[in-house]
Amino acid sequence: MAERVLMRNFERPNCHTLAVYREHGGYAAWDKARQIEPAALVEEVKHSNLRGLGGAGFPTGAKWSFIPKSHTGPVYLVVNADEGEPGTFKDRYLLEKDPHALIEGMLIAARAIRAALGFVYVRGEYVQPWRRFSAAVQEAYEAGLLGAGFDIVVHRGAGAYICGEETGLISSLEGKKGWPKVKPPFPAIKGAFAQPTIVNNVETLACVPPIISRGAAWFAGLGTKTQGGTRMYSVSGRVKKPAVYETSVSITLRQLIELAGGVSHSGRLKAVVPGGGSAPILTADEIDVVMDVDGLKAAGSMIGSAGVIVLDESASIPEALMVLARFYAHESCGQCTPCRESTGWIYKMVHRLVDGHGRKDDLDTIIDVAKRGAGTTICAFYDGAVGPYISYIQKFRSEFEALCRS
Amino acid sequence: MPKLTIDGKEIEVEAGTNLIEAARRLGIEVPHYCYHPGLSIAGQCRLCMVDIEKAPRPTIACNTQATDGMVVHTQTDRVKETRRSMMEFHLINHPLDCPVCDQAGECWLQIYYMKHGLYDPRMTDEKVHKPKAVPLGSHVMLDAERCILCSRCVRFCDEITGTGELGIFNRGDHSEIGLFPGQDLENNYSGNVVDICPVGALTDRDFRFQVRVWYLDSTKSVCPGCARGCNIDVHVNRKRPHHAGGRRVARLKPRFNAAVNAWWICDVGRYGFDAVDDVTRVALPQRRADGQLADIDWSEALAAVADALRRLTPDEIAILASAQQSNEDLFAIKRLCEQRGIRQVAFRSPAAPATADDDFLLRADRNPNTRGAELIGLDGDAAGVLSAARAGRIKLLWVFEHDLLGAGWPADTAQALERVETLVWSGANHNATTARAHHVLPLAAWVERDGTFTNFLGRVQRFRATVEPLGEALAGWDVVGRVLTAQGVPATGTRAEHWFRELTKSVVAFAGLTYQAIGDGGAMVSGAAATTAPLPPGRRAGAKATA
Repeated sequence: MAERVLMRNFERPNCHTLAVYREHGGYAAWDKARQIEPAALVEEVKHSNLRGLGGAGFPTGAKWSFIPKSHTGPVYLVVNADEGEPGTFKDRYLLEKDPHALIEGMLIAARAIRAALGFVYVRGEYVQPWRRFSAAVQEAYEAGLLGAGFDIVVHRGAGAYICGEETGLISSLEGKKGWPKVKPPFPAIKGAFAQPTIVNNVETLACVPPIISRGAAWFAGLGTKTQGGTRMYSVSGRVKKPAVYETSVSITLRQLIELAGGVSHSGRLKAVVPGGGSAPILTADEIDVVMDVDGLKAAGSMIGSAGVIVLDESASIPEALMVLARFYAHESCGQCTPCRESTGWIYKMVHRLVDGHGRKDDLDTIIDVAKRGAGTTICAFYDGAVGPYISYIQKFRSEFEALCRS
Repeated sequence: MPKLTIDGKEIEVEAGTNLIEAARRLGIEVPHYCYHPGLSIAGQCRLCMVDIEKAPRPTIACNTQATDGMVVHTQTDRVKETRRSMMEFHLINHPLDCPVCDQAGECWLQIYYMKHGLYDPRMTDEKVHKPKAVPLGSHVMLDAERCILCSRCVRFCDEITGTGELGIFNRGDHSEIGLFPGQDLENNYSGNVVDICPVGALTDRDFRFQVRVWYLDSTKSVCPGCARGCNIDVHVNRKRPHHAGGRRVARLKPRFNAAVNAWWICDVGRYGFDAVDDVTRVALPQRRADGQLADIDWSEALAAVADALRRLTPDEIAILASAQQSNEDLFAIKRLCEQRGIRQVAFRSPAAPATADDDFLLRADRNPNTRGAELIGLDGDAAGVLSAARAGRIKLLWVFEHDLLGAGWPADTAQALERVETLVWSGANHNATTARAHHVLPLAAWVERDGTFTNFLGRVQRFRATVEPLGEALAGWDVVGRVLTAQGVPATGTRAEHWFRELTKSVVAFAGLTYQAIGDGGAMVSGAAATTAPLPPGRRAGAKATA
């Protein structure tokens, strides 16, 4: 296993406290960053090849550089801690076990983008992570780390998946219905409260202090050519040791499954969802793939939030799709017509198939409807749903057909 | 200014113009539901997709601003296929109850399905069910199943009225329009949500189930409800007189005029046309005989009035005109006064109106032509007329439209009327004053005649005859004109336009205006500054922030 960067403190007793964090070098990166010009911080992060770890995989340094130079009003840093992608549970551990890593990352990021205020949008169901993180913020205020040029507001969500989409999150933060916003304008130009805003994932920002402490080159060297660092893979499903595993992004899916103890139950692998519920599924013979952004893209899937769901031979793919289809129908915000209407319709069709009332032409209808809606909506939610709809049916068509009546 | 090409045609537009508006100027329609030029961009119906060269896939036209050198295609196979897909999505959970839906015939789901959809339905599963026939307020009924969630009505209440009664509740295909707890859609502009609803989700409680829209005829007109003069279309039902209980005017709809009302009208004006087809309408001239009003011929009625006018001295005659009358009517009255030397003439009730301006379009002065009456020179002393009558000095009082026993008039007006030898009352609807009149002369309602009103800012606007006058009712200028002819004055003309032409020759404020110049949008009297529609309350500084 590669060096632990993000989970370096997880085994220490009371690792969530400021004292323990400081004891092991915490906030040294911030002390260093304070002496560095904002533009140089952005450059350093660019050179580290850090890519967003929330799902989209966008280069973090490049994102930071989109804040208009001419802007004189407030700039906001928003942390997306609304971890809701099915099969993903890494940010939760960061918030619970190393909340100061996020605060330190926020301090550095805020300096880089010249933000004086940061919002942390915590998933509503994450009660313990919220408690731990709020307590850490309190400690940071008491220690004078916060409140001296940078403040943090912790905001709890109310349980909507769409509020993890960055502009849906911003709408919700503003007190509105959590509807994603039409782009342009993009958040870096006009985001929260109509001001330039950078939205970063928890894990992404937790990578920033090590980058500043140990240098961009070191971080870039941990990963692949196009993505630096390690990341936290949430491995669940039919594996012997489901857990969060931090490794280099150069690991293959096969190695990762082995790291998690191998396939459980029947012991025979059927399929893997490599990057959270929205990632197209991979079959058992497609797992020799590098688990970075570009590796999975090349394999026709996506790394997304690195939520790895393993399915063994005894798992039913149609039932797995039904669970996901129900999720997407339930979580579609309802703003754009294609997503609002077809997630519900597709769920009804898949449900009917699983119930034994399906027709073979339903399968083609689902694929056609999914393709027609793909790429037509305000946000990426529907494209996230389309991946599973199409890939599950195309790669496991015989399993679906076996359920059909005609 | 960016110059772009749409479907091979070049056009230059102001910076910031979106592709729907740029295409519209070329006569190219980009189908859309959620976009409305008077509201913010929502971008959620996803129907207005167009192809932009160098873009990887179709893009929504509403949220794309024209840029220099942009090349746009609205009719590629890819765009057409996208439209068909969007139409299918819009109709998945729609009840398809067109035969019983009031919107049928003017429904954009129907229209775009016929133009761009034309597929066979593939949806065989149970549709999502939602509340139906939900009253949102006094005027608006919601059918949530028909709703396509374009959010126009929500944005209207947020951005125009600033009242924010409506929201979209729930998620996914269970999303539905509704009222926030404790709210009703009772703002004075609620009827506009029915106009902007592209489908049959919001219908007008006054209009629904009255008459099918394809039986309606539309005429451009002006609202007579207040001094603003909002531009409207009058929709009348001439083809199915047995529908809607014989009501000829089916509804009033706002007509866009950037200088007056933009896209909107208020509910006071919209629903203020009941008098037109009311049982109180005067159909025939009447004369009091043995204490009762009895129908007579126009020739008899006019001869009696003309005779009285001739018989009396000018100081024994007084006229109370009305700002409900058109410029043409008022000018004819002015002519009569000049011809007979009548100096006791007024149009305004002595008391100030009991109403106030609202925060947007509606004016406290509920008369459409106060400014016209002022400019024509009829702004005399109504209280003086009444005290002269009380003193027995007025033998003939000719009243137009007013109810002198109603609001705005002194309590002792009844005694004044008792001392008048001949009370002539002309108007469209009987009121308490007609019960005391010796002669009642029926006037055509505003939808039954042509004419112009001058709004409070000095904008002269045309309204047009859209139905026949009830019974033997005549326009005011016609009645006064006939009386003038009976006095031996050469006839001015047989159309309102003839009287307007005379008006422009003798009242300087109207000089140079013609019906043609006024057109559909109106024209300012000389000396009045150009106007624009007021800023909606929802967009003013301090209004509740919206998306």
